[in-house]
Amino acid sequence: MAQLLKRNVPLSWPVGGLLLGVVFFAAVMLVKPIGVSTQFVILDGLLWDAVDQTVVVASDQAKSGYTSTNAYLAKSGGKYAKSIANPLNYSFVFVIAMMLGALGSAVIRGGVEKNERTMPAIWRSNFGDTPWRRYLAAFIAGFLVLYGARLAGGCTSGHMMSGMMQTALSGYIFSAGAFLAAIPMALYMFRKEV
Amino acid sequence: MTSIFLALLIGAAFGFALDRVGATNPGYIIRMLNLTDLHLMKTILSGIGVASILVFGGIMLGLLDPGHLSVKSAYIGVFIGGIILGLGFAVAGYCPGTGLTALATGRVDALFFIVGGLLGAAAYMGSYAWVRSTGVLAEIAGGKATLAPITGTKYPALFAGTSGELLGLILGFAFILIAVLLPSRIVRTESENTVGSR
Repeated sequence: MAQLLKRNVPLSWPVGGLLLGVVFFAAVMLVKPIGVSTQFVILDGLLWDAVDQTVVVASDQAKSGYTSTNAYLAKSGGKYAKSIANPLNYSFVFVIAMMLGALGSAVIRGGVEKNERTMPAIWRSNFGDTPWRRYLAAFIAGFLVLYGARLAGGCTSGHMMSGMMQTALSGYIFSAGAFLAAIPMALYMFRKEV
Repeated sequence: MTSIFLALLIGAAFGFALDRVGATNPGYIIRMLNLTDLHLMKTILSGIGVASILVFGGIMLGLLDPGHLSVKSAYIGVFIGGIILGLGFAVAGYCPGTGLTALATGRVDALFFIVGGLLGAAAYMGSYAWVRSTGVLAEIAGGKATLAPITGTKYPALFAGTSGELLGLILGFAFILIAVLLPSRIVRTESENTVGSR
C-alpha cells in the first residue's frame, strides 16, 4: 500500500475510475453533486467586493437575503451574492479542500518534476522550451475555459461527470460541445508525440 | 458546521483522486484529446459509470435521497459554452478543477490558467446581461431535464415512458462497457510513424 501511494504514475483506469466514481457518488449521497467553476465567480466577487463594498449588499427583497449591482451575481435570488457575503460555505470550502487533497497526493508521490512544472512534455516537444509562450497560452485558455463554463452553467466536473451520471440532458449537450471542439483542436495543435 | 466538515472531507478526497488518476497532469489530458493515449478517457467514463450505478442503485434501494440530485438547466448556451471551454481545454490541458489542483501540485502554468480563468469568469459576469438578451440562455426541453423521469424528483424528462432509475443503472453499465471497449489509442502521430524510417 505504501509503495502504491508513492508511485509516480497514474492509477490503472479501472482502479482510477472506481475511485473517482465512489467520490462523485459520496458527494451526492452526503451533500450534493460536485461542481467547481462557480467558485471562480465567487472568488472574483470576493476580490471585487474587497475593492468596492457596494457590489454585494443585504436585501430583504432577494430570496437569499443578498443582492448585487451586477446582474449575474444577483441572479437566482442572489445565491452568488450570498456566497460572496459568506465565503465559508460548503462549495467554496470544498474547492479549497480539493486543492489541499491534490497537494497531499503530490507530496506523497514525490511532487512534480522541475521541468514539468513550467509545461508538460508534450507542449515542449511541439512548441519548444519557452516558458512565457506556454504561460500566455495557458492564460488565454483559462479565459476561454471559464467564460465557456459560466455560459454553459458548469464545467467538466459539474456538467460532464456530475451531469451525465445523473442522466441530465444538459450534461450530454455540454460534453458533446466540449469534445467536438477539444478533439479537433488538440489534433491540430499537438502533432508530435512526447 | 457539519457541512464545512463534509466539504473538507469530500473536497480533499476529490482532489486526491484527481491527482491519483493523472488528471492534474495536462500532458495526460492533451494526449486524451489528441487521441494518442485514452487512458484518462477510460478512467473518466468508468468513473461516470460507477457513480451512476451507485447513485441509481442507491435510489432504487431507498438508501439515497433523490432530493440530493441536482440537475442543471439545458439551453443552447450549454452547447456554445461547451465549445468555447473545449478550445481552451485542448490548448491548456486544464479544466477548472484540474487547473486548481495542478497549481496545488506545483505547476506554474496552472497559475496563469487560473488568472486567465478569473478574468474569463469576470468577463462573463460583465457580459451576462447581453448574453441573456441574445436568447441563448432560454431553456429547452423544459429546462432541468433528465433523460427519463426519476421517482421523487420533479425534473421534466425527455422520454416520459421509461424509469429514470433503471435507465441510469443501464447507462452506468454502458459507460463502463465503452471504457472497456475503447482502444488505448486511436491516432498515431508523426514521430511515431516515422520511427525507423529516418
